[in-house]
Amino acid sequence: MTTASPSVHAARTSPFATLGEAIRREAWLVGLLGLVGLLLIFTRIINPNYGAGGIQGLAISVLPLALATVAQTIVVISGGIDLSVASMMALTNVVAATQMLGRSDEVGVGVAIGAIILGLVIGAINGVVVVITRVADIIVTLAMSFVWAGFALWIAQAPIRSPHPWLADLVNGAVGSEWIPKSFVVLAVAVAVVWIPLRRSRAGLALYAVGSNQLAAFRSGVSVGRTKVMAYALTGLFAGMGGVALTAITGQGAPLPGGFTLASIAAAVLGGVSLAGGRGGVVGPILAVVILSLIQTDMTFLRLNSNLATVVQGAILISVVMLGSLTQLRRARA
Amino acid sequence: MTAQAAARRSSPIMTTVVRILRDQPLIPLLVLLVVLVAAFALLNPRADFSGYLAAQMRTAIPLAILAGCQTLVMLTGGIDLSVAATASMAGFVAASLYSGPDSLVIVIVVALGFAALVGAVNGIGVGIFRVHPLIMTLGMGLVILGAANAWQLLTVRTRSGVPPELRWLGSASATDATFLPVSLLVFIPLAIVIIIGLRRTGYGRLLYAIGDNPVAARLSGVKAWQVLLGLYVISAVLAAIAGFLVSGLTNVASVTLVNPRLLPSVAAAVIGGTSIFGGRGGFSGTIVGALILTVADSLLSSLGFPEAVRQILFGSIIVVVSGFHARLTVAA
Repeated sequence: MTTASPSVHAARTSPFATLGEAIRREAWLVGLLGLVGLLLIFTRIINPNYGAGGIQGLAISVLPLALATVAQTIVVISGGIDLSVASMMALTNVVAATQMLGRSDEVGVGVAIGAIILGLVIGAINGVVVVITRVADIIVTLAMSFVWAGFALWIAQAPIRSPHPWLADLVNGAVGSEWIPKSFVVLAVAVAVVWIPLRRSRAGLALYAVGSNQLAAFRSGVSVGRTKVMAYALTGLFAGMGGVALTAITGQGAPLPGGFTLASIAAAVLGGVSLAGGRGGVVGPILAVVILSLIQTDMTFLRLNSNLATVVQGAILISVVMLGSLTQLRRARA
Repeated sequence: MTAQAAARRSSPIMTTVVRILRDQPLIPLLVLLVVLVAAFALLNPRADFSGYLAAQMRTAIPLAILAGCQTLVMLTGGIDLSVAATASMAGFVAASLYSGPDSLVIVIVVALGFAALVGAVNGIGVGIFRVHPLIMTLGMGLVILGAANAWQLLTVRTRSGVPPELRWLGSASATDATFLPVSLLVFIPLAIVIIIGLRRTGYGRLLYAIGDNPVAARLSGVKAWQVLLGLYVISAVLAAIAGFLVSGLTNVASVTLVNPRLLPSVAAAVIGGTSIFGGRGGFSGTIVGALILTVADSLLSSLGFPEAVRQILFGSIIVVVSGFHARLTVAA
């Protein structure tokens, strides 16, 4: 309704008003950022030893889920959903671990890149199947999750140890100041290289258009099928990065998919992405992953039953989404 | 349009066949089921066939009940991802509270009560607060899992074992006709109630109405939140019953017991012809879907395929069958 007004408004007023406008527009993001800050302060209070080391541990532990969440976010923005994210991560993780085993570091770099490209390819296959069969996204990706997990299990029947110092070095430790963990830099670079150019391109606009109204997008000349395949391919790309990150962090290839799929959906929704499609970005979901991880850390520091962390995560998910829909309902009535 | 074009091109017999397939999507599914069972019988000529049938039914019945939860919820355009956690919780609660045959009724009632509570919370979230069903039930699944884990640590597990009555119900067969598992005693009445409830009662029609066109349903005076609240309670209670059967079948009571059956339950409903977008489908197709998945899984393992290949084929079957369904309904 008022999409044009912020820019017109901003042009006439002071920079501070522009800032206020931006905060109002990105209220969800600002709220998440504030929550991260509060949680960090709280963590510091309950455990005075929590410092740069803690931040580095945090960055490493959130990296796989953060990449999975970015993957999920892209496809959800396009109006789909991908239940095979965890399976794709398991497959790329196993491929990377087995192919690097006993090879030199130079070959290893090639294998890592190959595994990420493999993610792109299997993601594109998901997209092609969705477009061709016209079956609901959730069903196709559910079925494909069995297929990709099956291939992972085919390659390795049991977890394979495959530690590579150069790969672990990419995520462990810090760059420059000890407060800037390498994992955060890796995540930021991955997102910046893929997401930012996309967001500013025609393809990115098509992604949001298809997500918010498929028919309208089609009538405005967007190729819906091609856009969907692109969205799934990018989801596969980030899932592939997540798989390689798992190889780097755990030093092994595990064929059984972890609980990344449902966690990534939860984090995407908490991060302000609408499951109906067409709304949200990738920064919010990443912050949501950090928040969920910090809550778990805090509960460990408080010596609370770790099972309660699961309850709290579920309760947060439900109450935040309820709050969101309540405000929407109120706005609709007003 | 596509159907008309096809009719013009092909012979009258083909047209009739296509129309029959479209109007009765259950027929090709039943044919597929019979082919799978026949394939097993041909490949394993020396196997105990009545024992095989009983084993397939015993495994398929809990899956069919869970898929029934999905069917009912999917008719309204939703999905229930909390059924596995609810079912595991119910089986676990029953096992941890059981202290002898006298306590059986109380134990079952308590477990069903917990399940109904879960369903009510789901229903309030989806019906009143309009939370997306996927998110609501996903979150509830986490809450139940965590709570059940905490319960597991709190209760001193002195007498935790699956009640023998449930074990009998889940895994025994009738003595004079061994191909009839006892769990049919639970399943047949349930199936009749669900099928008639969907076809003949006003409540069943409301489910289809809400899923088919929520706005039209609201304008004709349907109070969607009441329907959804009842629906999610029904779904959770059904899930608890499935949980009893699974823990009886496997003789295990664990808080993650039913989790591997969550995604197959969605797949069974979809294979059976229920649309995830709502308004289309039914329970009879779902039962056949659950049987197909169970039989296909056992066929693949009897052929000596490794777990990996079985998973790949399992996923492919879901894509192919549901793609086939989508084609048929698009033609209509």
